[in-house]
Amino acid sequence: MKTKWITKTTMIILSGLVTLAFLLQSCSGGAGDQSKAPTPSADTNISIDTKAHSNSKGIGKFSAVKLQAIDPAQAADGLKIFTTKCATCHKSTEVKFVGPGLKGVTERRTPEWILNMITNPAEMILKDPVAKKLYSEMLTPMANQNISDAEALKIFEYLRQNDSK
Amino acid sequence: MKTVRLILLSLLVASMAAGTLSSCKPKKVGSVMAGDAASKVYVAPGKYDDFYLFTSGGFSGQLGVYGLPSGRLFRNIPVFSQDAQSGWGYSEETKPMFNTSHGFVPWDDSHHPELSKTNGEDDGRWIFINGNNTPRIARIDLSTFRTVDIIELPNAGGNHASPFCTENTEYVVGNSRFSIPMEGKGDVPITTFKENFKGAATFVKVDKESGNMSVAFQIIVPGFNYDLAHAGKGVSRDWMFFSTYNSEQAHNLLEVNASQNDKDFVMAINWKKAEEMIAQGKGKKIPASFMHNTYSEKTHSATSTEMKEVTVLYAEEVPEIIYYIPCPKSPHGCDVSPDGKYIVASGKLAATIPVFSFEKLLKAIEDKSYEGNVGGVNVLKYDAVLAGEVPQTGLGPLHTEFDDKGFAYTSFFVSSEIVKWDLEKRVVVDRAPTYYSIGHLCVPGGDTRKPSGKYVIALNKITKDRYLPTGPELTQSAQLFDISGDKMQLLLDFPTIGEPHYAQAIPAEKIVKNSKKFFKIEENTNPFVAKSEAEAKVTRTGKRVDVYMTMIRSHINPDNIEGIKVGDEVYFHITNLEQDWDIPHGFAVKGANTSELLIMPGETQTLKWLPIKVGMFPYYCTDFCSALHQEMQGYARVSPAGSATPLIFSGGATAVAEEVKK
Repeated sequence: MKTKWITKTTMIILSGLVTLAFLLQSCSGGAGDQSKAPTPSADTNISIDTKAHSNSKGIGKFSAVKLQAIDPAQAADGLKIFTTKCATCHKSTEVKFVGPGLKGVTERRTPEWILNMITNPAEMILKDPVAKKLYSEMLTPMANQNISDAEALKIFEYLRQNDSK
Repeated sequence: MKTVRLILLSLLVASMAAGTLSSCKPKKVGSVMAGDAASKVYVAPGKYDDFYLFTSGGFSGQLGVYGLPSGRLFRNIPVFSQDAQSGWGYSEETKPMFNTSHGFVPWDDSHHPELSKTNGEDDGRWIFINGNNTPRIARIDLSTFRTVDIIELPNAGGNHASPFCTENTEYVVGNSRFSIPMEGKGDVPITTFKENFKGAATFVKVDKESGNMSVAFQIIVPGFNYDLAHAGKGVSRDWMFFSTYNSEQAHNLLEVNASQNDKDFVMAINWKKAEEMIAQGKGKKIPASFMHNTYSEKTHSATSTEMKEVTVLYAEEVPEIIYYIPCPKSPHGCDVSPDGKYIVASGKLAATIPVFSFEKLLKAIEDKSYEGNVGGVNVLKYDAVLAGEVPQTGLGPLHTEFDDKGFAYTSFFVSSEIVKWDLEKRVVVDRAPTYYSIGHLCVPGGDTRKPSGKYVIALNKITKDRYLPTGPELTQSAQLFDISGDKMQLLLDFPTIGEPHYAQAIPAEKIVKNSKKFFKIEENTNPFVAKSEAEAKVTRTGKRVDVYMTMIRSHINPDNIEGIKVGDEVYFHITNLEQDWDIPHGFAVKGANTSELLIMPGETQTLKWLPIKVGMFPYYCTDFCSALHQEMQGYARVSPAGSATPLIFSGGATAVAEEVKK
């Protein structure tokens, strides 16, 4: 009974705070752009196994990606970009380094999730449950390497090729 | 139980209401908040200020960046002084910025920030600042807040009347506060001051697109002390005005001997005509030696080039473009009204402020209303140029800025106050004390065609009793006044770095939109860049060891180096591989006789290290970058000179690869 009451009150207070935050935000008209700054929550008790398959499409520009046969030229370009911008933290093997090893990533994740994670990491680690959990495991945020959509598609092609071997 | 819940709920509603009230500004702030200075300077956490304020660093040699109205300090941009925090002047890439004809000069005295202008308005592209001691002008790019261009001025001593710019930043100027003999003719007795010492009104051309500076020409003028300057605007846009004291040409006991004449001068130069003369080949090219140093954000490196001649005009040979206007006692500031019609010069030892009329100046020139000739330059009659004097102002007038309502604000050093006066009527309408001993003052856009009427900032020399004491040396300070009403209202005191001589402020939106977030790694053409961990390596050429190193959250590659020997010259070339905003990495190695490096995303910087001891030398990232920042470290093994330790290195990537093989 007592527990239930606390939960309910907490919820009221929380919703109140949300409203309050909304009111403050809506009247501010200020130049400060906090919405873009990543302030990930300390929410680590999500029961998600990051090694398991997830159907999440993530958050970002990619919502429906249709797969064709792997394009070797695209994949070759992708490897070059991967070497400069990704390989410092991700290995193409299963070995975890700063970030997760990427062998098998195209089987664990949807194409959309991978592309959104590459191009929109700050929002992903704030809002997407799988990305949030990964951040809590890695403790270093997925870096925004300012990769364009076209570049991300090439990297994705490389990751598919890497998994097809 | 229920009561508690109700209380909680009502508290919630109350706090929501309070939040709503404080977050929405009332329409008429003045009427509601009159007397409430705190609310006028309060910028809520996470919110931006309305203006950038750039303050000269004075003897710090740098440029301070503050927000207004909060007075919060954002940056201290390294310009003329080495900065161990960023590695400015310590890294191999930035050392050439300090090159002068006197060799490496690690310090200067920076006085006057001047924002670049388009159509007489601040455009937010660049800011210039003078180096007074070893005469130089620096240009800072306001997309990166970095010093990108420093040019030395030949034939100059004490570059104080600088770097004020013309209406479209065609030129920034310099001139000698300490006139000196021309280059190559300096070994003379001081008693020959009058015949041998000269001023050098220097016009530095600013490239319209790149901003690149070059000394276009110098006008060699009589050897007085040239103090400050301002360009004309609107009707007077073709003219540059310099104030000058010590027309007595005294060379000792200046505090007495340079105050003998009732009047010194404001020098008016028609720069447009001078430019035409130079174009017609009327200038004389003379040998000189001065340095031009530029910094490229592509190579992330500076280049220093020696210039070997300068084009000059001699004042006595071009009397039709240069005139002296008599001005009461040792004028200091020399300020032009927003419409360009008036030149306000403040005789710092005079009791009145003379206001000269540009229209009358042209008439006096046309009528040849001369009262004499000094060093080949015609001296116009005071009354022929004067629009009128502002009487009974205060003691020690120094500088004047303007608002958007026809008022002028003059700083008074001796009586320590700001005096507001009506520009057309020339009567005092308000005065406000400053704490203490104000030098320059600043209205945002106050020296442009479109000043803002919101604030005036006092830049004070003395702060005794204003702040918690910090031993014999106290902070200097700025004070913010609201000038939107009839009366000036003091809002805020805030400390400044070094001595804030002049300052300029600009609406934030003119700069924010151009602010760069990181350097693209693909565009990095530093010869020692490592664009990926695959390119990280260590090479040896004789005693020279080059370390091509990468940094990214959360590791350094290579993270261990062996085979360095005592007596080697080791160059750590560090590339920050991050491509996101606000992720610099720092680099430091034990025993380095230089500084750390702070490397911005996508940038390469080099630290030279001379190992003199055998041992293991840790190096690490100094900028807390991520949860695994503490793991960003490595070791350099230094063996005795002549030992056979092979040159090997390992990186994070290599280590993992080996682990997989097992």
